[in-house]
Amino acid sequence: MGDPKGFLKIGRKPTPKRTIEERVQDYRYIYEPMPEDELKGQASRCMDCGVPFCNTGCPLGNLIPDWNDLVYKDHWKTAIDRLHKTNNFPEFTGMLCPAPCEAACVLAINDKPVTIKEIELSIINRAFDEGWVVAHPPPPEKRTGKKVAVVGSGPAGLAAAQQLNWAGHSVVVFEKDDKIGGLLRYGIPDYKIEKWVVDRRIAIMEEEGVEFQTNAHVGEDPTTEELKSEFDAVIMAVGALQGRDLDVPGRELGGIHLAMDYLTQQNRRVAGLPTNAEVEISAKGKNVVILGGGDTSADCLGNSHREGCASVKVLTHGPRPPENPDHLTWPDWPFILHTYPVHEEGGERGWSVAVKGFSGSNGHVERMHAVRTERENGKTIPIEGTEFEIETDLVLLAIGFTGPVRDRLQEELDLGYTDRGAIHSENGYATREPGVFFAGDAKRGASLIVWAIAEGRKAARQADEHLMGYSLLLG
Amino acid sequence: MLTPKTGLYDPLYEHDACGFGFVARIDGRRTRETVEEGLEVLHNLEHRGTTGADPETGDGAGILTQIPDGFFRRECKELGIELPPAGGYAVGVVFEFGEAEGLDCEGRLAEICAEEGQKLLGFREVPVVPEAVGKIARSVMPRVRQFFIEGHAGDEDAFERKLYVIRRRLHKAVEGGHGCYVVSLSSRTVIYKGLLKGEQLPRFYPDLGDPAFASAIALVHERFSTNTLGSWELAHPYRYVAHNGEFNTLRGNVNWMRARESRLQSDLFGEDLKKISPVIQTGQSDSASFDNGLELLHLAGRSLPHAVSMMMPEAWENDELMDPERRAYYQYHSALMEPWDGPAAVAFTDGRLIGATLDRNGLRPARYSVTKDGRVVMASEDGALRIPAEEVIERWRLQPGKMLVVDTERHELLHDEEVKKPLFARHPYREWLEDGEIHLNELPEADSERRPESASLFERQQAFGYTIEDQRIILAPMGMDGKEPDGSMGTDTPLAVLSERPQMLFSYFKQHFAQVTNPPIDPLREELVMSLKMSLGPEQNLFDETPEHCRRILIDQPILTAAELEKIRHLGTERASTTTLSTLFSVSSGEKGMEDALTSLCERAVSAVRGGSAVLVLSDRGVNPMQASIPCLLATSAVHHHLVRAGIRTATTLVVETGEAREVHHFALLVGYGATAIAPYLAFETIEDLVLSDHLMEGVSPEEAAKNYVKAIGKGLLKVISKMGISTLFSYCGAQIFEAVGLDKDFVEKHFTGTASRVGGVGIGALAREVLERHRNAFGGTEDNAEELEIGGEYQLRAQGQYHQWNQKSIPALQRAVKTNDFQTFKEFTRHFDEQSARFSTLRGLFDFEEAPIPLEEVEPAKEIVRRFVTGAMSFGSISKEAHETLAIAMNRIGGKSNTGEGGEDPARFTPDASGDNRRSAVKQVASGRFGVTTEYLVNADVLQIKMAQGSKPGEGGQLPGHKVSEDIAKVRYSTPGVGLISPPPHHDIYSIEDLAQLIHDLKNANPRADVSVKLVAEVGVGTVAAGVAKAKADHITISGHDGGTGASPLSSIKHAGLPWELGLSETQQVLVQNNLRGRVILQTDGQLKTGRDVVVAALLGGEEFAFSTAPLVATGCIMMRVCHLNTCPVGIATQDPELRKRFTGTPEHVVNYFFFLAEEVRELMARMGFRTFDEMVGRSDMLKMREAIEHWKAKGVDLSAILHQEEALEGGEIRHSETQDHGLEKSLDNELIERCMPALEEKEPVRFSQEVANTHRTVGGMLSGEIARRYGNDGLPEDTIRIDMRGVGGQSFGAWLAKGLAFSLEGTTNDYVGKGLSGGKLAVFPSRVAAYDPSRSVVVGNVALYGATGGEAYFRGFAGERFAVRNSGAHAVVEGVGDHGCEYMTGGVVVVLGPTGRNFAAGMSGGVAFVLDEEDRFEKLCNVDMVSLEAVESEEDEALLRSMVERHLEWTESDAARRVLEDWEELLPKFIKIMPNDLKRVLRERQEAELEVAR
Repeated sequence: MGDPKGFLKIGRKPTPKRTIEERVQDYRYIYEPMPEDELKGQASRCMDCGVPFCNTGCPLGNLIPDWNDLVYKDHWKTAIDRLHKTNNFPEFTGMLCPAPCEAACVLAINDKPVTIKEIELSIINRAFDEGWVVAHPPPPEKRTGKKVAVVGSGPAGLAAAQQLNWAGHSVVVFEKDDKIGGLLRYGIPDYKIEKWVVDRRIAIMEEEGVEFQTNAHVGEDPTTEELKSEFDAVIMAVGALQGRDLDVPGRELGGIHLAMDYLTQQNRRVAGLPTNAEVEISAKGKNVVILGGGDTSADCLGNSHREGCASVKVLTHGPRPPENPDHLTWPDWPFILHTYPVHEEGGERGWSVAVKGFSGSNGHVERMHAVRTERENGKTIPIEGTEFEIETDLVLLAIGFTGPVRDRLQEELDLGYTDRGAIHSENGYATREPGVFFAGDAKRGASLIVWAIAEGRKAARQADEHLMGYSLLLG
Repeated sequence: MLTPKTGLYDPLYEHDACGFGFVARIDGRRTRETVEEGLEVLHNLEHRGTTGADPETGDGAGILTQIPDGFFRRECKELGIELPPAGGYAVGVVFEFGEAEGLDCEGRLAEICAEEGQKLLGFREVPVVPEAVGKIARSVMPRVRQFFIEGHAGDEDAFERKLYVIRRRLHKAVEGGHGCYVVSLSSRTVIYKGLLKGEQLPRFYPDLGDPAFASAIALVHERFSTNTLGSWELAHPYRYVAHNGEFNTLRGNVNWMRARESRLQSDLFGEDLKKISPVIQTGQSDSASFDNGLELLHLAGRSLPHAVSMMMPEAWENDELMDPERRAYYQYHSALMEPWDGPAAVAFTDGRLIGATLDRNGLRPARYSVTKDGRVVMASEDGALRIPAEEVIERWRLQPGKMLVVDTERHELLHDEEVKKPLFARHPYREWLEDGEIHLNELPEADSERRPESASLFERQQAFGYTIEDQRIILAPMGMDGKEPDGSMGTDTPLAVLSERPQMLFSYFKQHFAQVTNPPIDPLREELVMSLKMSLGPEQNLFDETPEHCRRILIDQPILTAAELEKIRHLGTERASTTTLSTLFSVSSGEKGMEDALTSLCERAVSAVRGGSAVLVLSDRGVNPMQASIPCLLATSAVHHHLVRAGIRTATTLVVETGEAREVHHFALLVGYGATAIAPYLAFETIEDLVLSDHLMEGVSPEEAAKNYVKAIGKGLLKVISKMGISTLFSYCGAQIFEAVGLDKDFVEKHFTGTASRVGGVGIGALAREVLERHRNAFGGTEDNAEELEIGGEYQLRAQGQYHQWNQKSIPALQRAVKTNDFQTFKEFTRHFDEQSARFSTLRGLFDFEEAPIPLEEVEPAKEIVRRFVTGAMSFGSISKEAHETLAIAMNRIGGKSNTGEGGEDPARFTPDASGDNRRSAVKQVASGRFGVTTEYLVNADVLQIKMAQGSKPGEGGQLPGHKVSEDIAKVRYSTPGVGLISPPPHHDIYSIEDLAQLIHDLKNANPRADVSVKLVAEVGVGTVAAGVAKAKADHITISGHDGGTGASPLSSIKHAGLPWELGLSETQQVLVQNNLRGRVILQTDGQLKTGRDVVVAALLGGEEFAFSTAPLVATGCIMMRVCHLNTCPVGIATQDPELRKRFTGTPEHVVNYFFFLAEEVRELMARMGFRTFDEMVGRSDMLKMREAIEHWKAKGVDLSAILHQEEALEGGEIRHSETQDHGLEKSLDNELIERCMPALEEKEPVRFSQEVANTHRTVGGMLSGEIARRYGNDGLPEDTIRIDMRGVGGQSFGAWLAKGLAFSLEGTTNDYVGKGLSGGKLAVFPSRVAAYDPSRSVVVGNVALYGATGGEAYFRGFAGERFAVRNSGAHAVVEGVGDHGCEYMTGGVVVVLGPTGRNFAAGMSGGVAFVLDEEDRFEKLCNVDMVSLEAVESEEDEALLRSMVERHLEWTESDAARRVLEDWEELLPKFIKIMPNDLKRVLRERQEAELEVAR
């Protein structure tokens, strides 16, 4: 391919970002585009491996070596076709994916991986700029007459909807919220993905014939019964939004919130929409403590900076991960300290901290009571005598999700739950209810957007097979 | 009797080769001496034949003489039979076997004779001495009788024809003649032969010793066959020929002969012709078939030389120097029949004239002498008849394609020109050709508007299964570069029948290739013998010669563009009317619809041909939502065989217009099953689209891309046919050189008649399902967002594509296991292969074990088992020093063995390191390139492995590009850094099985302590080849699977040549056991072995040792980049780049851990089956069974019973290794020489003495050299410490491996392979001073002299045969004339030729220098200047070098030629041409520039 010796000539160059000073002033996208010639240089580092671990490391099976080469050779149109072949929404993953592909890159063994994510994003951006991304409504003669409902409009639901629509089925997407997009819309901050990016895709899908119904909480309206009787198949992509809570003294105090509540409000504010909330949550001028070390905590951190908090600490109960991966981990996702742009913007990170409780006055939190922990036999245990306190007036709990919200729909479908709280699926994406399929976080528990899209696609293929006896959709 | 077909064994794949010879008197006098001399020749060629398990049973020997009238008259008189005058009666010889009783041969013969109007006079019991033959031969010995027929048919020729008819009728009357075999029946000749050794023949047949038994000709033959349960009939001579070699195109030749039978017409035979059919009997050897064909052509009116030159034409196609009349003769006859192609020396006789000819490439030896008293002695070796030099007036060799004939009636000795000149003038061939033939290019342009298609390009691509990989990896590179793409690291995808994804029918077929019994050809360096020319038009009556016969359309190669096909379509009735038959069927008719369509297609083809269509175009144009196509290969082969069966095949030509075929393998298959030309319209359209869309292909125009594509396919086809040793595509057409794997046997027998398919599999229904799946994919209706084809994933893994065994899960699992030394993690690795997808990717995945558990503790320990493990042959060059030495250290630590590969080994590795680690590879490979094969290298081996083929590209050579030849590599390969190196496809000292026996003997002489191993690749018939190899005295045999790794191979070879080892190993085990040869050899296997389970399956099928390459590489960090050929391996394994080598992190511990894990897993399985020792497990295929409940829709049709067939060991026989081979080294002359050289060996004292030699002394000097190298390494002894003055005729490999300090001078002459592997010693060969012949016009050394020499000097007064100094990398040699292909592949040393050369001099020569004295000003045309430049000898340095070598030549040989040159130095110097390799010149220039740079 491109340049077989590219990796020997050119080193990895990270994606340029706007300065910290500038970006914390707004909610606009953090990264800047990489100049095209540099990008092609980065693409030339791809070694066109016999076993491309990136391709298998990517849940979508993105054809990474293929489009790396196409970019290197300036074939952008073919590159987007090749990218769209496996990924309905490369702009989402290009902006949001933590890139397990890069961890799996063969160059990661003894060098620095190819900047795959950056290349992916550049391909789709270029494609939009050139007007190559247009709707592909199936012609009327290819319509199958089958009706499919997709419940949930996050990335899994959207991917499933687009695939099934392309297969010729009539697809209705139900969203309980007021706007389409799920977590993309109200979960993830704008500085990671600006919302016009989501709108742009939805417009295309509408043009292709996908019907979207917002404020439609399936189970209530339409009812579960209506759903089953009106549709030949149902894809459930309802997410896993039930946030994990802390059961410690003082949890009931004001100023302690689940991260997702905070993120949703802040996203609505940025979008200029009313929060419709009983309690407004804001980090402005606050001493914020964010509990949890994952993506959600990082999102809270970024929002806190931008809101103008007084201070912010991100605390995790486990130990500080190593800087470099264990060699034996490759090509799997390594356990290392992941540092996102928001971490560069300020705040303090702490590890080995367990929460013992909260206290405060006037029903509002003022301090957190904590203890140091240590790792023993894979378990994190408190170290006696290391108790300490932290002053805080806003605590955000970003310590994970326990599964789909157990609403009326779930109760009525009664499909069972896995140990992790996700819906019990059988034989891939099917359930014990014929014609009902599950995909995304609802099926596998809270996970990456790339998994959501991948699952949406695979569930769509399985639903298509269920409807037609075979499927020509790529999984 | 032929051994019946059992298990995987099929007698169809038996091979033979041998020594042959004749003695003839030009004056036609029938003498007793001639017969005796014939028998002496036979005796002296005995080493070319062999014996099987029973050392007293030969493979066959025989003699053909004129009918000794006096003898028979006397004998018959005693029996009361009254013979008519000489010539008026015929003698028949018949073998009657046990079954003959029920057949009543005698009665049938009498009836037939009567019906044919001839009189059967009576029978004579031939006296035999059964005690003279071996036990096995005796157990199957026939009753031998002669019978006599009185002629009543007119002239002698008519009588011979009648006798032929009688014989054929008898054959048919006794149902194929088993039990009653007519050895000969002629009024002119009689044959005595049998399952004998040469020296047994006269003892067995006392007749031959009778003083009255006299003849003017004696044709003899000593056979070496691959099987042991030999057969009396298969001994030569046949009725007209004795043959040494092999016809590779046999299947096609037989089919074509059958196809043309219905069109035969002969006034000479009249109605009798019908009684003969089938002309070529089924189930017999290639030689016998050739004999049948020749007999028919001859009896129908052509002289023997005429008929022979038709069947084995010279290489006329590309020879610009050929006389136009000669060329026209061959060109004309090419319209009559296809060549019988393959290495062959054939002697032929009708009892009046006797002659011999050689194949077009001169791949068999034939030397002859003419004596003062008018005797001509021709034999595989000079010296077979001991004639004093003073009686010899001519001493020469048969040259490629040439003929020598002795006419005993006219008392003439006819050289090639004299034999053939009258033939050229038989008809105005040139005029006929000018009028009759027309080249495609000369045809008028037809309307070449693109044919309308109702489906889009994209839809059609999908319907025909195109993938992005096809475009990106196959088509685009071919369109850009004009050559097939390369790949690395073998193949690890499922067999077609095990694949979940729809497969092309092409993928179910595997290419055959030549190994051992005949050589592959180098289509690049020996292009002059190769041809892709084909022609269209009907054949005429084979017996006639008319202008009509050559009315045909010529094409240079078989790939037609759409426009070219249109020209053919528009030929009109005048030349050849064309009918197009559609191969489409209606999708709605489903799977059954395809079968019906095929039946109808065959019927339509018959009516079209009956209606006069001379060209049938089978077309799959017009695929659309309603119609799909029969796979074009199925359509082609089905129609071909249907027409053959209908007897009208030669009335038409098949052209395939297809969207399906796109890569080399596809085209090879189509031609191999009968297509003359193929128009791959969709491939052309795809390439055009790729060019126009500016995607994947840049910088070429559509026209150029199409041209490049055609060129690439052409090159690829040449490679495919040459790997089978076939030179012309014309004779490849219909030759069916493939095996089907995974196709239903009945289906194959019906439509691919005669093709092996040994594990059964899917039939037409499943194939139709695959077509329909692709069709649905094309027209099914998903609205995707772009026209993107399927990704593929065959060559590089893709998540969406084909399954690969080495993948994202298995690679890290193995690496983690060996790094952490954790057996449980290793189990994760192997568990991966028990998963569904992996299990169904190999045949072994379908096996299960029988259980009889014992406690694990009772099983032999792992440290014993790991000794059976070896690492595969990977050269230092293909992998880095670090990787190579890591493997060697690891294997030495565990007591296993590592393998040098073919790149030599640094002598520094021969002694252990201070740390105690040993970097020496126990197995030293001897491959065709002979890189670094010095005597020192040989003596430092435990095993010497002759690599006949490698799994990834059997039958092909290799190339190490100059940029990879670093200082280090050049040093161990005895070459120049920066200069590219070529490994030839064949070993140039192995063109047949007796040659292999010779090389084994050579190696064993050099190092008697080492086992000699022969590495073969699995293909159908490998078992019989292995049996031959065991008989050739190999100690060890490796059977490689097709899927093994490689540094670089053409992708089509990686994917489509060879078979899984399961088939090859099992067949080998079965045949060796059947022939009672198993105990003599250790059996090793390799090919993607990974797990303990793999090892156990292989052991149960007969394996005793196991070689691993990919897995230990993965253990040291390989991540299957498959870029070995690019030198960019990012983990420092397959690279020589110093920067990348630093990235290597593998350690010996990793490798050691891997092998111990493997052994532990083996132990667990042994415990499950109840084996305490590994030995008990070997060959126990009864402990394997087919996995139950296979759900896989294709795999469930597979039947493994042939693989599981367990051959019963014969009495006293073994099913595993149990004894050592008897190499007969004690008989070697060297024992005596060593004895006499002791003072030199021990004390370095000079020794000089004289010694008589004969052709029966083989490898003279080899053992002595080994003794020197063992003591003194490559430095040897001081110059000329040992000097031996010899006299006589040296045998094969005279002076092989000669070490430094050793000088041989031979007064006389020698045979082939003189100075093989010369390692610093000195050799001089010159004719006897009393010779009656002119030394400067005579052959003094045979073919392939100085092969692989790494140093030393050689002086030959006289001519050398073909391929002088091939692969020389260091020797300085002077010779006075050479045959074809002189200095081929040379990389070092200096060669001086003081006289003429043959064609193709310096082909593939990348190093060294040659000087040729070109007095006739012909050299320029004879030299292959692809890689060399011709210069004058100008520099003082060159002049001094040349002069000193000529002086030495004079000094050592007293050469007149040398004397003359030195005397006329000033005058002759300008006539010398210096042959300078371009590559070397470039490197020297670069070096000079670099030095200047430094100086500055």
